[in-house]
Amino acid sequence: MSIPANLQYTSEHEWIRVEGSVAVVGITQYAADALGDIVYVDLPKAGTTISAGSIVGEAESTKSVGELFAPVSGDIVEANQAVIDSPELVNSDPYGAGWLFSVNFSSIGDVMSADDYEAMIAE
Amino acid sequence: MTLTQSPLDAIHRERGASFTDFAGWDMPVRYTSDLAEHHAVRTSAGIFDLSHMAEIYLTGPGAAAALDYALAGTLSSIPLGRAKYSLILSEAGTVVDDVIVYRLGEEKFLVVANAGNRFPAAAAIRDRAESFVCVVEDRSEEVALIAVQGPNALAILEATQGFSAEGLAELGYYRCLPREFNGESVLVGRTGYTGEDGFELYIDNAHAADLWRALEAAGAEFDLLACGLACRDTLRLEAGMPLYGHELSLDLKPVQVGMEKVVDMSKDNFVGRDGVMAGVSANAPRLVGLQSEGKRAGRADYPVHANGRTIGVVTSGALSPTLGFPIAFALIEPDFAELGTTVTVDVRGTEIPAVVVPLPFYSRKARS
Repeated sequence: MSIPANLQYTSEHEWIRVEGSVAVVGITQYAADALGDIVYVDLPKAGTTISAGSIVGEAESTKSVGELFAPVSGDIVEANQAVIDSPELVNSDPYGAGWLFSVNFSSIGDVMSADDYEAMIAE
Repeated sequence: MTLTQSPLDAIHRERGASFTDFAGWDMPVRYTSDLAEHHAVRTSAGIFDLSHMAEIYLTGPGAAAALDYALAGTLSSIPLGRAKYSLILSEAGTVVDDVIVYRLGEEKFLVVANAGNRFPAAAAIRDRAESFVCVVEDRSEEVALIAVQGPNALAILEATQGFSAEGLAELGYYRCLPREFNGESVLVGRTGYTGEDGFELYIDNAHAADLWRALEAAGAEFDLLACGLACRDTLRLEAGMPLYGHELSLDLKPVQVGMEKVVDMSKDNFVGRDGVMAGVSANAPRLVGLQSEGKRAGRADYPVHANGRTIGVVTSGALSPTLGFPIAFALIEPDFAELGTTVTVDVRGTEIPAVVVPLPFYSRKARS
């Protein structure tokens, strides 16, 4: 199970990569595996203001629906069009090409380190 | 709660399967990708562990008559080596379970019930068989079930080491034949729950793992993939096959779900006859197939709307892996059940238009 050490994680199985004032957000491999093959994603549009902890989208697999929670507060910079067109990228490359959206953030919600996230999902 | 382990559990763990609690059994939900597994069954072949299914045997001179009384159909009239889909009805004429019945001998039948209904199904059959000369045996925990489904299924069985596949090429759909694997008895049914050609193999637990491994070894050159219950659900949905607890329940009569032909009203006496005779109210919901555009699928329990109000509910739904658009079963008011009627499915607050379409959604005969 891949959990890159350079990312931060939420208890909702999302990851964030902070690049200056922008946070790139995705879901973890653990979450993608648990959902199964993802066939549809609903992502917040560019310009939308989101607040940490609120539901901002969905990832649907053939079997179930996972809600996407905002891990940060701020304005959406970009939703990943490649994932909208090819949702399977979330399964095949959750930390790379399968990123979901980026946010020009004002604050970060509750996050944890890779080690803490690993411990959480091991429970 | 401790989950029951399949006799094939060690194999699934070796292959890194994800598991789900299915009616108290710890069963593989997928091995790697439920879409890949789904497509394998449509285009090559898939192998499934269905050992959670319930196997109930009736043996004795009164077995055929007992089943005629216990079930909705006339099982006494099916010849040796035939299988038949049937229903166990309640006194009220609603559905206790849907089953496959195999005639194994003049006086011997196998009833295969859903895992989740094992106890009510076995109890109903036992109670109803009481005044007939026959023995009812629930062997669910001793019998394993392996399904090989898909266009390559026959070739795989014929290539399996130690498996006597003679006669399987000629075996018709819904027929069964006793065969052997390394000298052990295997009941082979040309049955399935996927909408593809395929076989279901019933074998005692002790020999199930060896059979699975032999099938997998033979299947390697036929693109056989181990398949979990996730793709079984999307396969059966595409094939328009109901799932108990979704499209069938104790609240529904056969006529509501298009199964009136499964009930043989020419029989004088069977459990549920009076209830079926009483019919349903004019407004009782009917089962329909719904098809939508786009990628967002309705799922079980999502409301169905028309004319600004709720007229029914989705019972099963998914983005069809084979067809590429959303499909669903729904129970809706009869006024909206006509083919071609447009309704909407409330997909978590978004109204997605859906059209009532004929079932099944997918038929292998429709493809050349």
